[in-house]
Order: sequence, then structure tokens, then C-alpha cells
Amino acid sequence: MSKVGIIGVGQSKFVRTYPGSVRELAFEGFKEAMQDAEIGVDAIDATVVCSAPEYDKQRSPAGVIAEYLGLNPQPTFYAEALCASSSTGLKLAYSLVKSGLHDVVMVLGFQIMSQLSSAESQERMGRGADIQWESPFGTMMPAYYAMHAQAHIAKYGTTLEDLAAVRVKAATYGPLNEKGVFRKTITMEQFEEPQGFVGGPVASPLRGGDCCANADGSSCIIVANEEKAKALSSKPIWIKGLGSASAPVNMAGRDQLHGLIVAQQSAQQAYKMAGVTPQDIDVAEVHDCFTIAEIMAYENLGFAKPGEGAALIRSKETYKEGRIPVNIDGGLLSKGHPIGATGGSQIRTIVLQLRGEAGEIQVKDPAIGLVHNIGGVGLYGHVTILGRD
Amino acid sequence: MAKKEIDARFNKFGTVSFTDVTRINDFIDFLEQGKLMGARCKTCGKKFFPPRADCFHSLDSDMDWFEVTGTGKLVSYSALKYAPSGFKDDLPYTIALVDFGEYKVFGRIDGSVSFDALKVDMDMKAVVTETKNGKLTYTFQKA
Repeated sequence: MSKVGIIGVGQSKFVRTYPGSVRELAFEGFKEAMQDAEIGVDAIDATVVCSAPEYDKQRSPAGVIAEYLGLNPQPTFYAEALCASSSTGLKLAYSLVKSGLHDVVMVLGFQIMSQLSSAESQERMGRGADIQWESPFGTMMPAYYAMHAQAHIAKYGTTLEDLAAVRVKAATYGPLNEKGVFRKTITMEQFEEPQGFVGGPVASPLRGGDCCANADGSSCIIVANEEKAKALSSKPIWIKGLGSASAPVNMAGRDQLHGLIVAQQSAQQAYKMAGVTPQDIDVAEVHDCFTIAEIMAYENLGFAKPGEGAALIRSKETYKEGRIPVNIDGGLLSKGHPIGATGGSQIRTIVLQLRGEAGEIQVKDPAIGLVHNIGGVGLYGHVTILGRD
Repeated sequence: MAKKEIDARFNKFGTVSFTDVTRINDFIDFLEQGKLMGARCKTCGKKFFPPRADCFHSLDSDMDWFEVTGTGKLVSYSALKYAPSGFKDDLPYTIALVDFGEYKVFGRIDGSVSFDALKVDMDMKAVVTETKNGKLTYTFQKA
């Protein structure tokens, strides 16, 4: 069976406030991916533009961005799945290439979030859940994930210190990532200061330090069929497995809150397609929008048994030198989370790791990597497995 | 010519409603009578909460109402210290999910229940009440 390869990756710096427009921000990720792939725009047969709507004024951004990046008259498509938009885009690009419709497809994710106040942004994000039956209660993303944390604590005895330990790890690597928005270290002691930014309550049991930072940013991934990938690139990384799932939007439709079913289901599909097991994964990027999300990801991906996610962070097995390094680029928590760009940025990190080009955060000789990207509160799940061979 | 009247009853639901028109608007009339109702498909008997106008199982839109009664178990909860736009005056408040067995209900913990008294798996009941800004809602109280 023919393979689909990744021949170029790029991302902008993730920043609090990008001093430019959406199309200009998109150019930054695009430029890096094009330089990485060493190709020109004529080599791109189609684009999939990915973002979550209503954070900026531009409607139907695919057209504007394709024009600005010199990608007319090639077709351009728009993909939206909240925080998993660019993983959705990658799956569409894979399908476009695999079907033979196009040879080389670009996935361009972006988000400008700084045009809104924090409260407005929370309202937009909250409306990514059930607006008819949940939003009237004043819901927001931190509170939904906080309910998952409370359920995990009740079921498995996970502690606030376990959650904080995830952030301490992310903030160990944040300072090493020149593309990241939050580049300071964080200590356990800072979580003990209720007046501080890190220890201050947000939505119980989550504190400020448990939450990722909104950011402006863009990411760009270029995929190609096997023939083109080999012809155009000296270092293609191959897409070995893809899994995706959806869950009821309303929490009332969920069978459990101590984990994300969509992550379990996506992982099972991706492992099966790639013909690998969780033990084969050498390096991973997981969707740590909140600290509890990373602990649930350990369990849902099979890196830890159910209920033993906290033990994995306590033993530091997910640090760079550990058994399964996770989010060594700082993750969403420290690198930042520009919704539509996040999945592409995660893919970029794993591609650089597998090529051995990750610099200071390079994990020792990884052959297989995994990306876990979640949209909404476990509403959309995507797991992607990449490999050197 | 007179404009056709729009049935926008649903905008009375919650502190801020993001939905005006829905085919399940009678839910609001029941709230006005102090009743929290779910929907049951007349054809296949499947129960839905939140209620819905259509059943994907039997492809029918012929629904009955049933009242949410008795006690359920608290699945999880979170107390908010920040609120999205439009909800600041309600702070602090606690959102929660309660499992009634055949269905689950998402909502808020009643202001009369202290946060420290909350525990996952405790018995709760749903009661119809008003929001601070005089809209219709329901909350969970200790059973």
C-alpha cells in the first residue's frame, strides 16, 4: 500500500498578541514550512485551511489565505473542529492524497485570539459546547475540564499536586522553546500561593497554573504521496496511523468524566492502522489544554493503565529522559494554544523529533511518534502516529 | 400585513439563553409550572435529557414528556471563580452533572448548598427555580 509522507513543517512564534492580520500570521507558518520543504507554491496542489470561527472578523478564511500565500488557482478547503481543527485538516489532506485527487496538499492552521477580551474568549469557547442546554448555565472550558479533574480525583485519588506536576514539567521545557508564549519555569511552591497567577483559583479544582495560555499563532504541514515525497524530500516522515472519533456534546450524554472516550477510540484506530502498540511510541505530543487533560491522555492512549496516569508524572517517566517523553516542547500549557494552529504545531514537533532536528529538546533516537489532539471538551478526538520508515 | 409571531419562549432559559426558537419550547411552559421535564419517544420509548424534538432511533418526532423526579448521584462539579461574558453577576457559582440512572442532567448546584458539603456520588434532586436576573432555570439540591 502506498504511503503518505510529511515533507515540510513550520509554525509562527506563538505570542500573546500578534501585531498583524490573520493572513500575515498565516504567512509566518507557511514560510517556514515552504523553506523546510524547499519547494515553491507551484508544487502545492491544494490547501486545507483550519481554524475555529468567531475569534476574528474574517469569514471563510480559506480564500483570503490561499490568495495571500500565492496558492490560486489551486483549490482550497476549510476545516473546523475547534481545538482539533488542524488535525482534522491533516486527515482531510491525507484522504485527498491517498485518493489520488491531489499529489501535494498543505494544511494551514491559524488563530488570532487576542482581538477578544478574556471573558469574551471564554464565552466563544463555551459556545463550542452545547449552547442550547449548557451555555445558559455560564459554562466555560476550564470548568468543563475541572469537572473531569474532580471526577478523576474522586475515582482514582489523583491529587492537586499531581496536576501541578504536569505544569511543572511543561514549564521545564517552555523556556527551551523559542516559539513558545510562556517561557518561565513554574515551581510547586507557586501553586501554594492562592493570590498568585499560578495558585489562584479558576474553576475548582483547577488553578491558574493548570490552564494553558491563549495565544496567536499559525502552523503549516505539507503532505505528499509516496512518489512525490521521495522525489521532493530527503527526509520525509510517514503518516502511519490515523484515528478519529466524536462524542455527545452535552456532558449528560457522556458515560464517564474521568477520561475522554474519543481519545481512547481514536488511539485504538491509530494503533491498529499503524500496527503498533502504546509501548512502541518513543515520543508523544498530547492535548494538555489543562493539566488534567495530560493525565487523562496518558491513560486513554495506553501509556498508563486507567487510574495510573498520576503515577506516570510522579515517576517523571514523561520527562525527556523518561520511558515515554510527552510534550517536551512545553505543550499547550507553556508553548501556548492558538486553537486552529495547535494540531499542526504538535505534528511539527514530532516530525522534528523523528528527523533528529529538535535541538535542545531532542529525545534520544525516536522512530515512532504520536500526536493526540482534542476539539472541545472531548467532543472531537484525533490521534496521529508518525514514523521514520 | 401582520408579521408572523415568533415563538421565542426558549430565550427565558438560564441567565443568558443563546437559543430563541426551538421545537422543544414547551419545556419552558413546564418550567413555569415548576416542572423539569425530559422527552420520551412515543414510538421506541427512548428517554432523552436534555429533551429533544426528534428521535434518531425511530426517525419519529412524536414525543411525550416525563418529569425529572427522585434522586440522582452527583457525577462531578466545579465552582467557577471567573465567568464568561454575561455571567459575572452570578459569581461564584457551581456547575454539575447528576446521574439519574436512565439519563443524566447538567446544571448548577443550588445556592443554598455550601460548596464544602459537595461530594462526588452524593444524592441530589433537581428543583425548578429562577436566576438572579429573573429567568427560568433549575438547580440541584441535597436530596
